[in-house]
Amino acid sequence: MLKEIRPAILVLVLLTAITGLAYPLAMTAIAGVIFPKQAQGSLIEKDGKVIGSALIGQEFKEDKYFHGRPSATVAPDPNDASKTVPAPYNAANSGGSNLGPTSKALNDRVKEDVEKLKAENPTASVPVDLVTTSASGLDPDISPDAALFQVPRVAKARSMSEDAVRELVTQNTQGRFAGIIGEPRVNVLALNLALDAAKAK
Amino acid sequence: MTVIGWIQIILFCAIVVALVKPLGWYMTRVFNGERTFLSPVLRPVERGIYWVGGVDERREQHWLTYTVAMLLFHVGGFTLIYGLMRLQAVLPFNPAGQTAVAEDLSFNTAISFITNTNWQNYGGESTLSYLVQMLGLTHQNFLSAATGIALAMALIRGFTRSSMRTVGNFWVDVTRCTLYVLLPICIVYALFLVWQGMPQTLGAYVDATTLEGGKQTIALGPVASQVAIKMLGTNGGGFFNANAAHPFENPTALSNLVQMISIFALGAAMTNVFGRMVGNERQGWAIFAVMGILFVAGVTVTYWAEANGTSALQALGLTGGNMEGKEVRFGIVASSLFAVVTTAASCGAVNAMHDSFTALGGMIPLINMQLGEVIIGGVGAGFYGMLLFVVLAIFVAGLMVGRTPEYVGKKIEAREVKMAMLAILVLPLMYLGWTAVGVVLPSAVASMANAGPHGFTEVLYAYTSATGNNGSAFAGLTGNTLFYNLTLASAMFVGRFFMIVPAMAIAGSLVEKKSIPASAGTFPTTGGLFVGLVIGVILIIGGLTFFPALALGPIVEHLAMNANTLF
Repeated sequence: MLKEIRPAILVLVLLTAITGLAYPLAMTAIAGVIFPKQAQGSLIEKDGKVIGSALIGQEFKEDKYFHGRPSATVAPDPNDASKTVPAPYNAANSGGSNLGPTSKALNDRVKEDVEKLKAENPTASVPVDLVTTSASGLDPDISPDAALFQVPRVAKARSMSEDAVRELVTQNTQGRFAGIIGEPRVNVLALNLALDAAKAK
Repeated sequence: MTVIGWIQIILFCAIVVALVKPLGWYMTRVFNGERTFLSPVLRPVERGIYWVGGVDERREQHWLTYTVAMLLFHVGGFTLIYGLMRLQAVLPFNPAGQTAVAEDLSFNTAISFITNTNWQNYGGESTLSYLVQMLGLTHQNFLSAATGIALAMALIRGFTRSSMRTVGNFWVDVTRCTLYVLLPICIVYALFLVWQGMPQTLGAYVDATTLEGGKQTIALGPVASQVAIKMLGTNGGGFFNANAAHPFENPTALSNLVQMISIFALGAAMTNVFGRMVGNERQGWAIFAVMGILFVAGVTVTYWAEANGTSALQALGLTGGNMEGKEVRFGIVASSLFAVVTTAASCGAVNAMHDSFTALGGMIPLINMQLGEVIIGGVGAGFYGMLLFVVLAIFVAGLMVGRTPEYVGKKIEAREVKMAMLAILVLPLMYLGWTAVGVVLPSAVASMANAGPHGFTEVLYAYTSATGNNGSAFAGLTGNTLFYNLTLASAMFVGRFFMIVPAMAIAGSLVEKKSIPASAGTFPTTGGLFVGLVIGVILIIGGLTFFPALALGPIVEHLAMNANTLF
């Protein structure tokens, strides 16, 4: 049995060096050459400044922008480090609400959001993804229904025709992969950038 | 439920089935020490490791030596992770300036990774440096997975060898599994993930100025290299706190599909390796059928429950299922499927928050783990777990006809049955025992995030997941407390090693027996009767053990939900 101590140390050290250092570092080097954009986090720059990542949702509150889903991410309370405060779309601390199906807190929150949205657009039915928080709190997407739901508000705030805004939503809707995998979706940041670009024209 | 949803599920199943034979063929060659197409490159590396480590690859080990070697290997792995976490503040590759991790959290995480659990009491991007992620977690993702497969190989050799004393060489099995199976797949796989949008960088977190002028700090890191082995090795510990729900850890629906396939790939192929080694692939397919039937049943229930949504959502006129805690790009079907896959295998990665699932939708993941994670299961671990149930099922069949039971040429006698029962019974002792403590002790009760039966389920899920070495969570539970760090660590440790040692004892006992040819009186173990019998034994043992606990948690919650009771 004592004979096994030498390999227990040395085989561990060698395999650790291969899988824990050589492999991730080599992957970093190769990925940096083949897919430099993705490897750095698919960052989007405007006028030389990073405005976000194509894959990470960000908070939108203004009427002229499409809004993403509610986010349950938090940040440490600046006054008391042992507590947390809500910090939607905190991309340095991902997470969901973790509220269960019989949670009163969840029910109250959804109810409040539904009422707000109904006031904004009384004609359409409220899409479920607009009133539920995502698992990561960083969901970059909304469903096409959730985008179309917001068209009247955005069009009014921008003094654009609803048809023009709807057209942008359609252009920014991604279908299922190969028509089968996943769900149709609209990347909120991409859509809002397209809106800003349309205005610039 | 939709047609397109079911097409996605069927497509997933079809790809997994298609991979079983080719992967099984390749892995069989690797573990028989035969040449593979990668040998010209990898053989020199392999020999170098043996030379430095003082391993004679032709010298095989008795089951006890094999087990001791495995345990020593883990002592080293534990020390390494614990040390790295405690010292990360002064070590390189720490651009975010993470400080030393507390003792109890380091202890919990080290135990968690050597046991292939990868329970996340740590916060990923908010707690760990890049060095800990790579040298601590990524490396142990490889080695705990390789260990699981090595142990399964030892048990398989127990069945295939006749009148011998040795079950293989642990160092050779682990090295070959790492070099020939895990590493090559991960290299290709990690590049695919980067292509899909996963970061792979050592650069610091990026500060972005959002369109509305806010500041957003975006966490990055060497994500793809870790996620590849996290999935393939059924480890499941996230680079980020939100695990595979984080857009960087699972950017697209395609990356999601491939991640689910990679969770099942090696575990499913183990059934074929077994079939090939015992000389009849149908033996492997019979076991695969047991797993497949239980899996499809689970997927159906969870998908149905999540697509239905909750009565609170329905009352507000919201349709489209329960989207709380789910990502739009995956939707209901891919989130439900992922939850069942990750708990059927002992992966524990999540692409949706199980805590926010409906009562019944979240109960299936719980049941999957309580059945011992034998539905595909963890790489290797699921297979030796399943063989324990097979031993029991064969024993029951033997009792019915009054004949000494035998399986693939080996007589199953008292010693094997005792060891199998020991391994199977130690699991509920852990998760039911600790849950009882967790719902009584006031400091532990304070950790629950949800009130009512859902809070109970959070605790039950935590200990079930830890004991089963799964690692997924009802993540509302605040697990990073002294009580939970220590008790969950004990559950993970017992759940892993108290299952391994009896399984290895069975391997040692079987390997010394003579192989006997099948006769007219041998119970056929390739047909539907056998499949049904094993499923029955799994459900009866499982059901008797944990049904009372389920009744207090998800079942009562479901009834409360239908009565519109909120907590």
